[in-house]
Amino acid sequence: MLIRSAPDLKYSDVTSKKDFLDRRRFLASAAAGVALGGPAAQAAKLEARKSGYTVAETVTPLKAITGYNNYYEFGTNKDDPARNAGEFRTEPWQVSVEGHCAKPAKYDLDSLRKLAPLEERIYRLRCVEAWSMVVPWIGFSLSEVLKRSEPTSKAKYVAFETYYDSKQMPLAKGSRIPLPYKEGLRLDEAMHPLTLLTFGLYGEVLPNQNGAPVRMIIPWKYGFKSIKSIVKISFVEKEPPFTWGIMIPNEYGFYSNVNPEVDHPRWSQGSERRIGEFSKRKTLMFNGYADQVASLYAGMDLKKHY
Amino acid sequence: MPSPLRSRWLKAAVFAASLVPVAWLGVDAWRDNLGANPIEFITRALGDWTMRFLLLTLAITPARRLLKLPDLIRYRRMLGLFAFFYGVLHLITWVWLDKFFDLNEMWADVMKRRFITVGMLSFLLMVPLAVTSTTGWIRRMGGKNWQLLHRLIYPSVAFGVIHYLWLVKSDIRMPVLYGAIFAGLMALRLVKR
Ligand code: HEM
Repeated sequence: MLIRSAPDLKYSDVTSKKDFLDRRRFLASAAAGVALGGPAAQAAKLEARKSGYTVAETVTPLKAITGYNNYYEFGTNKDDPARNAGEFRTEPWQVSVEGHCAKPAKYDLDSLRKLAPLEERIYRLRCVEAWSMVVPWIGFSLSEVLKRSEPTSKAKYVAFETYYDSKQMPLAKGSRIPLPYKEGLRLDEAMHPLTLLTFGLYGEVLPNQNGAPVRMIIPWKYGFKSIKSIVKISFVEKEPPFTWGIMIPNEYGFYSNVNPEVDHPRWSQGSERRIGEFSKRKTLMFNGYADQVASLYAGMDLKKHY
Repeated sequence: MPSPLRSRWLKAAVFAASLVPVAWLGVDAWRDNLGANPIEFITRALGDWTMRFLLLTLAITPARRLLKLPDLIRYRRMLGLFAFFYGVLHLITWVWLDKFFDLNEMWADVMKRRFITVGMLSFLLMVPLAVTSTTGWIRRMGGKNWQLLHRLIYPSVAFGVIHYLWLVKSDIRMPVLYGAIFAGLMALRLVKR
């Protein structure tokens, strides 16, 4: 059983002592940041109830989760976003839900966050670059938002868009990826309970480098599908274009489900390096979420629809 | 006064300086200072230093002429061997820490992943140059043949640049920079004396 109900799992159970101490130290420096009015001043607590959608695996240290990021708008090196996203303004923030639906809506962050009770879910995260982490995210199922807008029969897919501002993201150009960043899901994927609209991690609001103030987490897909800093969610009829597919069509598929059988031209996908571990581990089909999501793809040739 | 480039002390200093990058990596590894993914960090740093030493080696010939410092030739073999040294370490990190000596997987990677294919080519071209780097081999081969063989450094660097270009996802600034330096050093060779 890969996912189990673990209502009273604490970080101290799933995090090694040293990592836990690292975290304490981080919190202490965050507190110092508050005193100095630095970027860390934003780190605010986020209350969330425990969720059954949680894996009982060692959580990756906070330092790695917030220091090793792909967020090309803030630079293409893994440590760039932590360095460069600190000043990014996430207030005010508006998310527009539009397209083929009966009730389009615009939410400010607060009203969006209050649509449903926040849950903490510990998910595996598998990057297409063959590394992985385990992250305690905070959010609720995206379906809570989508169903309120009452998608019509024409709504077959959901398209997402990231905020883009070349003034606030002066390093974005060097990445050469077309911006704003776009992603998409099939409607049934978007409505799946595992698909998490995410506001926080490790008990706090999302740090900027992790896609503040609100992002997607789709745990059975490669990380680049989990779009950050969302401003637009639209119901569309056709499979929407997505950034990496526009950039390098023969390497990135729309589905991009984690699949050890289908190699990427640059990385073998059969195994992965869990951040913090020395040996590699085998990559699991659908990142270990096959029981929950395999039925979405019944009858599909996943080698073709990679 | 004899040129300081002829000093054995300077040569020893350059030798020591060439070991600084690997020493640095060692110290940082020991202090757990290599970021969230130390193995990736090490692989990349060693790849970078392989490239830098190759370019330094290539820079000797034009620099001798342009700076009128013929004695620089005394450093070329050493720099070339350091390029090979970092190349070997780069390869070892891949063989050991990425592939864990799994021959099948390595072979599959060399055949399937074009950035690995050209990286391997680049490395293999360096092997005969390292082997024949001794004075004995120059004598045995004769200067002409030896020089001809050692032109293999050109395709080696070219494949190294392509290796880097093909492994980045979208941000090509660093491989393009290396490529431009390589092109510049080649162009200087063509300029009439
Ligand atoms: C022996 C065969 C070789 C193999 C298997 C190999 C493999 C690799 C791998 C796996 C990476 C890291 C890719 C990543 O992190 O995504 C890399 C990076 C790199 N390699 Fe190699 N490589 C080889 C030879 C070479 C040679 C001969 C050179 C130099 C001419 C070189 C220069 C580089 C550079 C510059 C990088 C990128 C460093 C950075 O990102 O800062 N490699 N190589």
